[in-house]
Amino acid sequence: MNALVIECDSLSVSLGGVNVLDELTFSVYKGDFLGIVGPNGGGKTTLLRVMLGLERPSGGKVTVFGRDPGSSPGRIGYVPQRIFFDRDFPISVIDLVLMGRLSKKKLFQHYNSADREKADSAIRTAGLEPLRERRIGALSGGELQRALIARALAGEPELLLLDEPTASVDPQMKTTIYDLLDQLKEKLTIILVSHDTGTISRHVNRIACLNSKLDMLEGSSPGRKKLEELYRYPVDVIVQGEPISQTHEPR
Amino acid sequence: MIQEILAFEFMRNAFLAALLSSVACGIIGTYVVVKKIGFISGGIAHTAFGGIGLGYYLGINPLFGVIPFSLAAALAIGLLSKKAKVAEDSAIGTFWAVGMAVGVICIGLKPGYAPDLFSYLFGNILTVPTFDLWMIMLLDTLIIAMVWLLSKEFLAISFDEEYAAVSGLNTMALYLLMLCLIALTVVVMMRVVGIVMVIALLTIPAAIARMFSRSLPGMMIQSVVLSALFSICGLWISYMLDIASGATIILVAGFSFMSAHALRHFITFLRGL
Repeated sequence: MNALVIECDSLSVSLGGVNVLDELTFSVYKGDFLGIVGPNGGGKTTLLRVMLGLERPSGGKVTVFGRDPGSSPGRIGYVPQRIFFDRDFPISVIDLVLMGRLSKKKLFQHYNSADREKADSAIRTAGLEPLRERRIGALSGGELQRALIARALAGEPELLLLDEPTASVDPQMKTTIYDLLDQLKEKLTIILVSHDTGTISRHVNRIACLNSKLDMLEGSSPGRKKLEELYRYPVDVIVQGEPISQTHEPR
Repeated sequence: MIQEILAFEFMRNAFLAALLSSVACGIIGTYVVVKKIGFISGGIAHTAFGGIGLGYYLGINPLFGVIPFSLAAALAIGLLSKKAKVAEDSAIGTFWAVGMAVGVICIGLKPGYAPDLFSYLFGNILTVPTFDLWMIMLLDTLIIAMVWLLSKEFLAISFDEEYAAVSGLNTMALYLLMLCLIALTVVVMMRVVGIVMVIALLTIPAAIARMFSRSLPGMMIQSVVLSALFSICGLWISYMLDIASGATIILVAGFSFMSAHALRHFITFLRGL
């Protein structure tokens, strides 16, 4: 049995009186690549925010690396869904990635050459060497997403949390982001939140459906029935190499 | 010509004040612009007027009234805007007006006429005493030291506050510290352009510098240079035309801001041809 990384025990979160997460109980083990799918507003981002210590549970218990959320910053890499950054912000890719070293540094300490090496190595992993000095405002959506992944990697995390890494990314870029994750899952525990159910099932080794309640599934594919329950409307499941299912009457 | 102007001690002091205040203004203005906290900074600046009134009422150097008062205002506005369940702009607007009201009442309570009140509101760089120059220099040193020590933390909270928090930084404390540095910068700038117009000189050089920068330190250096340029040009024009120096500096900065934007649009237009 691999070491426990995250343990949730009847975790509930209510925001403004609404139960966003309702009695979630599940565990994540070292080496897992867990995909969490679900409709928008189903609480996916909130769950990640709880794990990061940004949101407090209103009930139940959650531990990350055996401690309270937010108390092991140096061991977690976080790739936010979309940062509302200003495209005119004067920061280059390398400076953005260096920010990933923040959790390893003390207050007042400046980044040193070792930090720069780690940042450069993360930039290489993400395939961004040619864009190292580029201002982030000049990056495409996919390039920015990979820069954010590089930032998380620069901190040498054991656990990587990704929030919709392929939203607002063109299909070609999506593939390269998943290729990158496939490469990373050898070394890291990964939790990925997405509504891109079809694609993630080919990459993750565990999958869970979240719509304020969590449903941990066996295997890595949710299957159509599960998805229809989850989304509450008919869905088409497209599996690569198989013909598209024809189950619904044309309307 | 220049020698003739600099022969007056008050002109030498004025130029020195302009140069020294540009350092604080360019560095802190950069954070104000990239973190988009211009309104908060304006609130701190206007609240500071209460400190001037208080200092005047107590019969002490207004600088010693305004420094603690503006620091307290910075902390209160910062805490209120983040923690309390009050809309941020209402909180700032309230402080803005209440601070000024306190100042007006204090000055009214003190018998007699307050002659240099105008110079705090609208700046009068020609009357900067040598003591104030030393004070500006001290505050400059403090601001540079803090920004140098906390450069990576300030960059992180300016760019992505959530990520900074996830990385284990105490973002609230850092944010309040940043607001305190803004308050001190307001004190530095008060003599040059006055608290009513301080927000323009705090944001305009940095806003222009942002168009040409790819890093925060680069943007700071450009802002300092632009701020010094505006102050000195404004000072010189005001001397030549015998008009108010603070207002002239602001007009020079404002005109440059519009010109820079017009130039950028013109260049984009030419490239499109």
